[in-house]
Amino acid sequence: MAEIGLKALRHSYLPDPSAEEDWALRRIDLDWSDGGAYALLGPSGCGKTTLLNIISGLVTPTEGQVLFDGRDVTALAPDQRNIAQVFQFPVIYDTMTVYNNLAFPLRNRGVDEGRVDARVREIAEMLELSDMLDQRAANLSADGKQKISMGRGLVREDVNVIMFDEPLTVIDPHLKWKLRSKLKELHQRVKVTMIYVTHDQTEALTFADQVVVMQEGDVVQIGTPVDLFERPAHTFVGHFIGSPGMNVLPCEVRDGGAFVNGIHVPVAEGIGQTADAKTLEVGVRPEFVRFAESGIPARVVKVADTGRHRIVEAEAGGARVHLLAPVDAAIPEGEAHLAFDPERTRVYADGWLAEASGR
Amino acid sequence: MTLELKNVVKRVGAETHIHETSLRLAETGFNVLLGATGAGKTTLIKLMAGLEQPTSGQILFNGEDVTGMSPQRRNVSLVHQFFINYPNMTVFENIASPLRVARVSAAEIRRRVGETADLLKLTPMLGRRPSELSGGQQQRTALARAIVKDSGLVLLDEPLANLDYKLREELRDQLPQLFADRGAVVVYATSEPSEALLLGGHTATMSKGRITQFGETPVAYRQPRNLETAEVFSDPPINAAPVAKRDGRIHLDEGVDWSATGAIAGAPDGDYTVGVRPHFVTPHGGEGAVRLKGRVLVTELSGSESVAHFDMGGRTWVAQSHGVHPYQVGAGHDFFIDTSGCLYFGADGALVAA
Amino acid sequence: MKTENQKAWFLVLPVIALVAFNALVPLMTVVNYSVQETFGNNIFLWSGVRWFEEILASERFHAALTRQLIFTATILAIEIPLGVAIALAMPRKGPWVPVCLVLMALPLLIPWNVVGSMWNIFALPDIGLLGKGINALGIDYNYTQQPVAAWFTVILMDVWHWTSLVVLLAYAGLISIPDAYYQAARIDGARPWAVFRHIQLPKMKKVLTIAVLLRFMDSFMIYTEPSVLTGGGPGNSTTFLSIDLVKIALGQFDLGPAAAMSLIYFLITLLVSWVFYTLMTKDEAE
Repeated sequence: MAEIGLKALRHSYLPDPSAEEDWALRRIDLDWSDGGAYALLGPSGCGKTTLLNIISGLVTPTEGQVLFDGRDVTALAPDQRNIAQVFQFPVIYDTMTVYNNLAFPLRNRGVDEGRVDARVREIAEMLELSDMLDQRAANLSADGKQKISMGRGLVREDVNVIMFDEPLTVIDPHLKWKLRSKLKELHQRVKVTMIYVTHDQTEALTFADQVVVMQEGDVVQIGTPVDLFERPAHTFVGHFIGSPGMNVLPCEVRDGGAFVNGIHVPVAEGIGQTADAKTLEVGVRPEFVRFAESGIPARVVKVADTGRHRIVEAEAGGARVHLLAPVDAAIPEGEAHLAFDPERTRVYADGWLAEASGR
Repeated sequence: MTLELKNVVKRVGAETHIHETSLRLAETGFNVLLGATGAGKTTLIKLMAGLEQPTSGQILFNGEDVTGMSPQRRNVSLVHQFFINYPNMTVFENIASPLRVARVSAAEIRRRVGETADLLKLTPMLGRRPSELSGGQQQRTALARAIVKDSGLVLLDEPLANLDYKLREELRDQLPQLFADRGAVVVYATSEPSEALLLGGHTATMSKGRITQFGETPVAYRQPRNLETAEVFSDPPINAAPVAKRDGRIHLDEGVDWSATGAIAGAPDGDYTVGVRPHFVTPHGGEGAVRLKGRVLVTELSGSESVAHFDMGGRTWVAQSHGVHPYQVGAGHDFFIDTSGCLYFGADGALVAA
Repeated sequence: MKTENQKAWFLVLPVIALVAFNALVPLMTVVNYSVQETFGNNIFLWSGVRWFEEILASERFHAALTRQLIFTATILAIEIPLGVAIALAMPRKGPWVPVCLVLMALPLLIPWNVVGSMWNIFALPDIGLLGKGINALGIDYNYTQQPVAAWFTVILMDVWHWTSLVVLLAYAGLISIPDAYYQAARIDGARPWAVFRHIQLPKMKKVLTIAVLLRFMDSFMIYTEPSVLTGGGPGNSTTFLSIDLVKIALGQFDLGPAAAMSLIYFLITLLVSWVFYTLMTKDEAE
């Protein structure tokens, strides 16, 4: 188990990176404490898998350091780092039994057979694989195989960190939540630092105490699930997390207030430095928009029923605004006005939350 | 245009993949096949496409019997879960391929491919090959091929399943418009109830090789004919528990009961199964809500919703609420049922009151 | 009501006709010859299983069969491991991949009789590069005179000609292994031998089964190259089954025994192929 530190990490797959877009990772500084559950969340191509491979040692970063408990491991090979990794597709040794698959990492390290047996049985029990130990691993279903992949990481007592690279991709939808909660439970039992990479918000938010949201090689926010929902630090986080995502409308800032289509919108927190910003926007989640007598003029263009509520799409001065309405609520036809909850409406400058204290 | 299945049965060896099914699909809106993996959606799609032949029964297209006719001759398009394009052709050639087969003139091909590419925002990528595209663009190319062909029957087999969920949201939003007014019967298979609801149109819920209900999507959702349909059409899974109706009240458990109002009021006393969708079980009680004292087992957070699986009296319940609600796993927690959302089913599983 | 479409059978008809013409008709001709005696002029006498008994008891057949089995076993023992080793050594990415593949494919593109002629000249002790080279090392080598030298040359020629096939098949198996397997093995602390034993070999098994089968059948029926190279000599030392068969059928014009021998030959090939296949695919059925 270890604390993980990433110091001024940059990586490019090109031999001679110059332009900003040549970098797969632009600059990452992170400190993760021992025994935590973390998630790297972002769309495909955001650099999350690169970051994971740098931590595991499969990729050597172009610049910067990886520290385990303060020790620089940047130059070490994966097998010298005492880490475990679970891949997108289950990796199992086809010719071996489930038991031998689980024992493999221990035997490779010369652990004595008595200890191997005890560990394998303990982990198999945790993963509910005890009944299958003598079966050929190749004959298991996808979720069984993925459990073996996890088990090969958990079986080692000396692992610094276990990493999961989109581990539920090949799992049947109705089994996903079971494995998801199994993982959470395992983390609480073994207390090993775990890093979970995914593009799925439910997987990330369910698993992690701290979620790192990434976009185009940058970390845009690190926070708890509540932070990410209630106070997105970047419009991307607001858009990416939540379904439908946060509404983002162009605005102007004058006299310390925000104006959308010329109408004053009260916002939470003071508005920080916005003078040299190229774009100014207000962000508000669909949950906190409602129809009102007065406010921003809008026209309803589409209503979709999700069963639990309705998603209303309105057009306000050329911008699209989503809002959630109860199933039985009246939806105004034609002209309407929208009001935003002032406590949940924020101003974003060049995408970043414009806090009073500055970013 | 219409597609009609008449007493279609599909058996493979001793196994019955599709039990006797009759279905009539029209071109108005999407026809969604909703069911878990293995419910028979893909088999049904293959039967409709002509890739497989029914063991018995007939398939009629616009009243004409097409049973046994090869897919090539059926004027049908199929978009698969995996992004299937010709890897050695450009996006333009990929989209044009069905037109080339149909020997459409070069000028006409240019016009129609251009139009379709515009619609699917593929115009800047027309010169690229599929391997240079993102997953969403690859699937849009596959969809463009289905659209450009102008087939009378468009089959979409979980086309969004392999996309990132933000892309899925975006494409799902566009799909109904793309196929509107094309005069084609559109069939869309999915395992996600929310997708069926958002696509609208009609929904056929499937379970174990049978269609359990077919009708307008909101109706199938709010008035499920039986518990099986309600189970298929609920994610997270619907809570089902035995209840007894006595003296005008519904008794769930010792000290957990509520007054029988609405349609159930008129039903005779006796034993029923109550079905409560998870969003009617919430951590905050409103006026007249029924309190459940539970112990939290598992929690799940999506970006804007929280789901808790909790134990009450040895039965697992699922609660779903808006916002991010961090539960303490293992701790006791009160949940509340909004009884206006209760569905009541009889001993045979049929809906008694909604 | 049974609506199953029976029309599909018509579509298979041409294939049935083709197979009949290609295989069944010639085979039946051979069967016909094998149970009769003929002296030409279309005179046939029924001889029952006499030819079969004669062939099975003949020392000449036994000797040819033994030679054949030793030859096939030897080339399999060399070509399969060598092919796998070369495939493992080949680059999996980068600009050298096509170069290696073309180099590997070259021997396969040369017509068989040309291969025989090439080696015939190449191995000649007086003018051939190989023959002269070996003699220059102080080893007395003349494949036209010495049975050992003849065997050595025939095996070397076959290895040169056919190892590429094993390499290409094994290589195809290797490149289909996802990177994640290698990464997982590194993380699990597996040594290179364990990677080979538990990842590469199992993943190559299917293609290796095909490689072994193809090499077995081809080498068991080998004719052209040794026939051009040594003509079955010196003496009968490299007279393999098919060479012997041609000698009997066309040299001595003993059509009956030759027909019986081809049937026995055919059955042995079929039987051994089947045994190979069953053994190598046994675990999958488990």
